[in-house]
Amino acid sequence: MAKPDTLQGSLDLLILKILSRRAPLHGYALMTAIIEISGDVLRVEEGSLYPALHRLEEEGWIAAEWVTKENGRRSRIYQLTAAGRKRLPVAEERWTAVSAAIHQVLKMA
Amino acid sequence: MSLLSRIRNVFRKDALHGEIDEELADHLDEAVRAGRSREEAERALGSTLRHREVSTDIKLWTWLDSVRADVIFGVRQLRRRPTVTAAAILSLALAIGAVTAAFRLTDAVLLRPLPVANPQSLFVIAYTHFDEINGKTEEADSFSYPQFRDFREAVKDRADLMVVSYTSRNDITYGSDEEMERAYRQYVSGTHFATFGLRPAAGRLFTDADDQKPGGHPVAVISYDYWTRRFGRDPKAIGRTFRAGTVAYEIVGVSEYGYTGTETGTMTDFFIPAMQNADAINNPGWQWMRIWVRPKPEVPQSQIQQPLQASLSAHRRERTKLWPAGAPKSRIDQFVNAGLTLNSAAAGASGTQKNYRQPLLILGAVVLLVLLIACANVANLLTAQTAAREKEMALRVSIGAGRARLVQLMLVECLLLAMTATALGALFAWWSAPFVVGMINPPDNPVRLYLPADWRVLGFAACVALGVTILFGLGPALRASGVKPATALKGGEDPHSRHRLMNGLIAAQVAFCFLVHFLAGLFVATFQRLSTQPTGFAVERTLALWTGVKGAGDAAKRPQNAWLDIAERMRATPGVEKVSFASWPLMSGNGWSSEVRVPGRAQDTVSPYFLGISPGWLETMRIDLLAGRDFRPGEKQAAIDEKKQPVEGVVIVNEAFARKYFNGENPVGKSFESFSRDNTLVRNPIIGYVRDARYRNMREPIRPTVYVPLDKTSTASFIVRTTAAEPASMAQSLRRLVSEVHPEFRVSNVQTQAELVRNHTIKERLLATLSLFFAIVALILAAVGLYGVLNHAVLQRRRELGIRMALGARTSHIARQVGGDMFLMLILGSAVGLGAGLASERFVATLLYGVRGTDMRLLATPLLTLFTAAFLAALPPIIGASKTDPSVALRSE
Repeated sequence: MAKPDTLQGSLDLLILKILSRRAPLHGYALMTAIIEISGDVLRVEEGSLYPALHRLEEEGWIAAEWVTKENGRRSRIYQLTAAGRKRLPVAEERWTAVSAAIHQVLKMA
Repeated sequence: MSLLSRIRNVFRKDALHGEIDEELADHLDEAVRAGRSREEAERALGSTLRHREVSTDIKLWTWLDSVRADVIFGVRQLRRRPTVTAAAILSLALAIGAVTAAFRLTDAVLLRPLPVANPQSLFVIAYTHFDEINGKTEEADSFSYPQFRDFREAVKDRADLMVVSYTSRNDITYGSDEEMERAYRQYVSGTHFATFGLRPAAGRLFTDADDQKPGGHPVAVISYDYWTRRFGRDPKAIGRTFRAGTVAYEIVGVSEYGYTGTETGTMTDFFIPAMQNADAINNPGWQWMRIWVRPKPEVPQSQIQQPLQASLSAHRRERTKLWPAGAPKSRIDQFVNAGLTLNSAAAGASGTQKNYRQPLLILGAVVLLVLLIACANVANLLTAQTAAREKEMALRVSIGAGRARLVQLMLVECLLLAMTATALGALFAWWSAPFVVGMINPPDNPVRLYLPADWRVLGFAACVALGVTILFGLGPALRASGVKPATALKGGEDPHSRHRLMNGLIAAQVAFCFLVHFLAGLFVATFQRLSTQPTGFAVERTLALWTGVKGAGDAAKRPQNAWLDIAERMRATPGVEKVSFASWPLMSGNGWSSEVRVPGRAQDTVSPYFLGISPGWLETMRIDLLAGRDFRPGEKQAAIDEKKQPVEGVVIVNEAFARKYFNGENPVGKSFESFSRDNTLVRNPIIGYVRDARYRNMREPIRPTVYVPLDKTSTASFIVRTTAAEPASMAQSLRRLVSEVHPEFRVSNVQTQAELVRNHTIKERLLATLSLFFAIVALILAAVGLYGVLNHAVLQRRRELGIRMALGARTSHIARQVGGDMFLMLILGSAVGLGAGLASERFVATLLYGVRGTDMRLLATPLLTLFTAAFLAALPPIIGASKTDPSVALRSE
């Protein structure tokens, strides 16, 4: 990702971070996790969640598998891969740098 | 995930869509389970269709997906206009097939490396050689065994040197003499297989120990190919014995799979140690082999070449000391100072390569021209098509397709055409390459080539398909993609620019077509002239039986009356008219030439031919006696008797001899001197004077020839004139008869005289046949192309023509309007083709005989053919144009 758009970058970071702490999750559970942990502050746009998941999957940072639920339907659950685990500190660092920069601008301007 | 899964996803798009939909549906289910209303959740999620598109693009290789779509679309487009597609595919297939076949042949004959270790570091020694007959310096590579020993001494351990004889066909038998079979033999050094890095497939191969004592190693190694063909790979073949000549050879091993000797074009069946050619080992005059060199690693070529050159000169200087006195100094110098080179022999070394290098390259060039014509054709068809699709392209651009995307769309379509054509062409090549190989040599000595369809051929075909696509597709694709929607939808900006491109292609086609026809004309005329060349003797109804006596050396020689006995018995056979014999048949390739001394004439550079004949031979061959008489039984040729005294012989000479040595006067009663075996001069009184007859070659002028009585010999050829038109039908009974009369006589080969003569024009016939074939193909392609372009032009101008007609234009005027451009292109193309033809003539000059490119007939024929074909192709569209009904044409738009 050469020039990630900040918003999208942040969603990717949140997904990676949550998956690094929790058991495999499906998309909806991931979304609720983000909302809960952020104390209702961060509301993920539901539509953009799946393309983000699929993109991370293509990058090889997360892996998906289908599990059959009790009602017979299938859920797609995601977990972090080894590559994703390596990626997480990089993404975190970048985010810290960006937010520090924004903080700086807010303070100085 | 990996590229692999993204490629896979291209082809399981429906399943992929299902999965994404399922995941999104699961999201909604979860939302409902969490207590949200379905409507609200759906609204929050947004358009599932859009998410599916976005995710699909992430999960698959979009470019490949677009190609897939283009392929499907392309196939649909091609199937919508089956005639055009079929025409394009067929013309391309023919041309690509021809090119691939030409490549297969060229690769098999000239390029493919020998299946041995490090073929790149193998060389064959060659030297320059002044050919007295045609007065040119040529390259030769035959050596004697004593010369080989000198060479080996000279290079010491800087290189491995080995002997590999010329491949020759032999009669061998595993049982009685009645069961003779033919097999190809090569004499090789004992180190041969080790130096080539070959391993035995069964048994063992030769070592140096198998090649020590002349005649002392009756062992043979057979090739894997022969093992398969003759023995079905039976391991028991090892240890079997066959007889070749008088020697029984034991098969000790089978060489590695794929190795069939060093002469590309001939497959060796069995190898025997060089020492088995016992008579030749110490004979410096017997040149029967090539010498192969493998330099030791790190030794530069110059360090090997210099000692070899020095050795060659020293060896030859010694040899000239034995020459008859009075040889011109220039000839001695030329002989002694012959330049030596090391030629790379990675692809083997053979006469087939030498003979067919140029014809193959020329045929390659011709088929390439045909391919270009086919490409121009298809390009024209496509350009015409894109005109019809201009509005579609404009629409695509309007809804946002980029130029690259449009070029891709068009090129995919072209590639589909090219690939289908290549597949068909490959079939054509698969069939035609062996067919052409079958035409190369006489039927009783066929060229055998390894012609696999391996990665070299497949790779070549793939490159041709790609190259062709770009050649015929890129132009129309760029043109189509460069469309400006606004103008295109209005009816186009410059409707004539397309015609310029199409006309240019037509001119190019005409030029290539002219060139192909011109070359074909040259080759056909050459073949005709050579094959109708008078031979001076009767060719039809004559059979030659090559016959030998068992045993070797002087012991096998039989006096003339033994041979005459057999001839007498043959004459009694029904269907036989005349029988006689000679050392060998005329035009068989064998020859004997020797210096003569004629009183009052200086030494000549070109020696006359000699041939030993029996009484009655002149009559059998229908060579007319001009003066004097034929030989009588018992007459002998000049020789040296036991007391070392020269004994006179009698000779008959031909017209060329009389012209050269006796100013064309009747030479009967005169005499000349020739050299006997030990270089003593002997006198030859001339008793007969006969008409000229060809001896060895169709191309050379008839040379002075001396006929001498064939008195005592171990080999000769019976010449049988039959009453039946098909002399070959008598071959078997005559062959049996020979052994019946004298059991130790054996016929090794039977050929008709007609076949022997025909063999001299095989190369010319091959070139003439193939170039004529391609000329016809080129003509058809060009005519189809012309028709297509003209037809398209007429359809395009239908409205204009309608208006003209309505305003009262005459039919002739319309025809001029439509055909004028075409005529101009025809003239232009022919002029360019003519120039190219005349320029190319010198590249093929050595293959021509008695024809010149500037011959008016040779120039007029292609011109006439082309114009006739163009006229015929242009006729239907022009008639169509002149029949345009203005009311219909104008109403239709």
